[in-house]
Amino acid sequence: MSPILEIADLRKTFPGGVEALSGVSLEVREGEILALLGPNGAGKTTLISTVCGLTEPSGGTVRVAGHDIQRDFRAARALIGLVPQEIALEPFQRVWDGVRFSRGLFGLPRDDAHLESVLRQLSLWEKRAAQTRELSGGMKRRVMIAKALAHEPRVLFLDEPTAGVDVELRRGMWEVVERLKAEGVTIILTTHYLEEAEALADRVGVVNRGELLLVEETGALMDRMGRKELVIELQEPLDAVPAALADYGLELAEGGAALVYTYDRRSERTGITRLLADLQAAGLALRDLSTRQSSLEEIFVGLVQEDVA
Amino acid sequence: MNAGAIWAIYRYEMGRFFRTLAQSFISPVISTSLYFVVFGAAIGSRIDEVGGVSYGAFIVPGLIMLTVMTQAITNASFGIYFPKFIGTIYEVLSAPVSFLEVVVGYVGAAATKALFIGVVIMVTASFFVDLRIAHPLPMALFLVLTCVSFALMGFIIGIWAKNFEQLQLVPLLIVTPLVFLGGSFYSISMLPQAWQTIALFNPVVYLVSGFRWSFYGMADVPVAVSLVVIAGFLALCLAAVWWIFRTGWRIRA
Repeated sequence: MSPILEIADLRKTFPGGVEALSGVSLEVREGEILALLGPNGAGKTTLISTVCGLTEPSGGTVRVAGHDIQRDFRAARALIGLVPQEIALEPFQRVWDGVRFSRGLFGLPRDDAHLESVLRQLSLWEKRAAQTRELSGGMKRRVMIAKALAHEPRVLFLDEPTAGVDVELRRGMWEVVERLKAEGVTIILTTHYLEEAEALADRVGVVNRGELLLVEETGALMDRMGRKELVIELQEPLDAVPAALADYGLELAEGGAALVYTYDRRSERTGITRLLADLQAAGLALRDLSTRQSSLEEIFVGLVQEDVA
Repeated sequence: MNAGAIWAIYRYEMGRFFRTLAQSFISPVISTSLYFVVFGAAIGSRIDEVGGVSYGAFIVPGLIMLTVMTQAITNASFGIYFPKFIGTIYEVLSAPVSFLEVVVGYVGAAATKALFIGVVIMVTASFFVDLRIAHPLPMALFLVLTCVSFALMGFIIGIWAKNFEQLQLVPLLIVTPLVFLGGSFYSISMLPQAWQTIALFNPVVYLVSGFRWSFYGMADVPVAVSLVVIAGFLALCLAAVWWIFRTGWRIRA
């Protein structure tokens, strides 16, 4: 099956000379959830804005279900729904009028049944007569999604759907995304939360400095990213890792004053309990314990270095 | 052609107008009435008839033009600036809508509102003065052309403006003086010779003159010239809109 979204060598240089996208190529399969992961300023939003028509590309091509976004913009955009990062709603507009307007913009005939089901799905039906200024932040965000779904898009772009959203709302948002996927909507979302990508995405693309560093199945990427380190500081420095602890793959650090244990935080058994027992059995006295996880930035640096290598 | 989108934008813009119908309706009625009290009754009673028309009736076409131009500009510039300002413009930009359809929707709505208010003023005026319309069809043509071309100008201002101050700037600094000096309240033949010549460089003079001709059959400049000027102004605005469309100026990054 041909991909629903094909991005080839997409470039964007802003008038000031800033290169926000330097040759991004990406194919998205129909029905999948793709998460674009990257730090702020990586180019995620520019990528989405360019595909959706808010920004003119400087080079490259984008096709949605085979339709070029510039030459055949009507057919391409008809398939796309966009939920930008910033909430932008007309404060005095009623929810119902808002979704009707959105559908109308796509030139589709009125379909109250569809709009009702969208609003019900997003728990907004009771609020249909409310003006958007009366709604809470979480509801406003859902109104943005409802507007993007009003024209029954096949591809939905969610730019930072959970940025600045509390934990409960984040879970709610994840449920919405999963329901949409179940309905067959292809979803491309951006995030800078590793957990979010892990929880939702079938595949993850890592974006940094305008480049797509890699696109991988979420599981495979998490294997590379989900590592954590346990640092064990010792009372007495060691010259070598004791033979009894050889199975743990420990590394000496700080001139022998610390041992570093690497484990997978997602696995059922991290081996920490057993390791601590074995440390005691080996007669090692501990001064302190700490764990650390590579920050997203460190992971990016790692990926960039791999990229260069 | 996405007619549904044009209709959606038009409906949305008109919705804003009808939500505040009382204000939209009452404010021109009151201001027009005030003009008639001041210029028609108080001052006008001391002014001679102009070309056989009482002064109160003489100023009606100019008064309509004054309000219609300002309303068309204000409505259109605000209509497109507001979505830019609050960010909702993203929806229009990502929809399968061409720029021309966006223009038709916003400008059409702004022109409709201006036309509506123009008609309201005309009706209000008919209560104060003896209003005759010698050439109804050309009158309608002048009115509609003025509404559309000034709404286009307002749209351009709305695209250009980066803040609310700029939004007010052009109407305040350019349009209002041109309109006031454009013969709304006098015939330019009343001016000293030198000022008459200068006035001919003011495009509004031609609009007011042509519009007044359609009421009372008298004009400062030939009617054909008036039509050419308004058509030229319309063409100029269309060209500017076309350029904005080609370049994505201040709309698409």
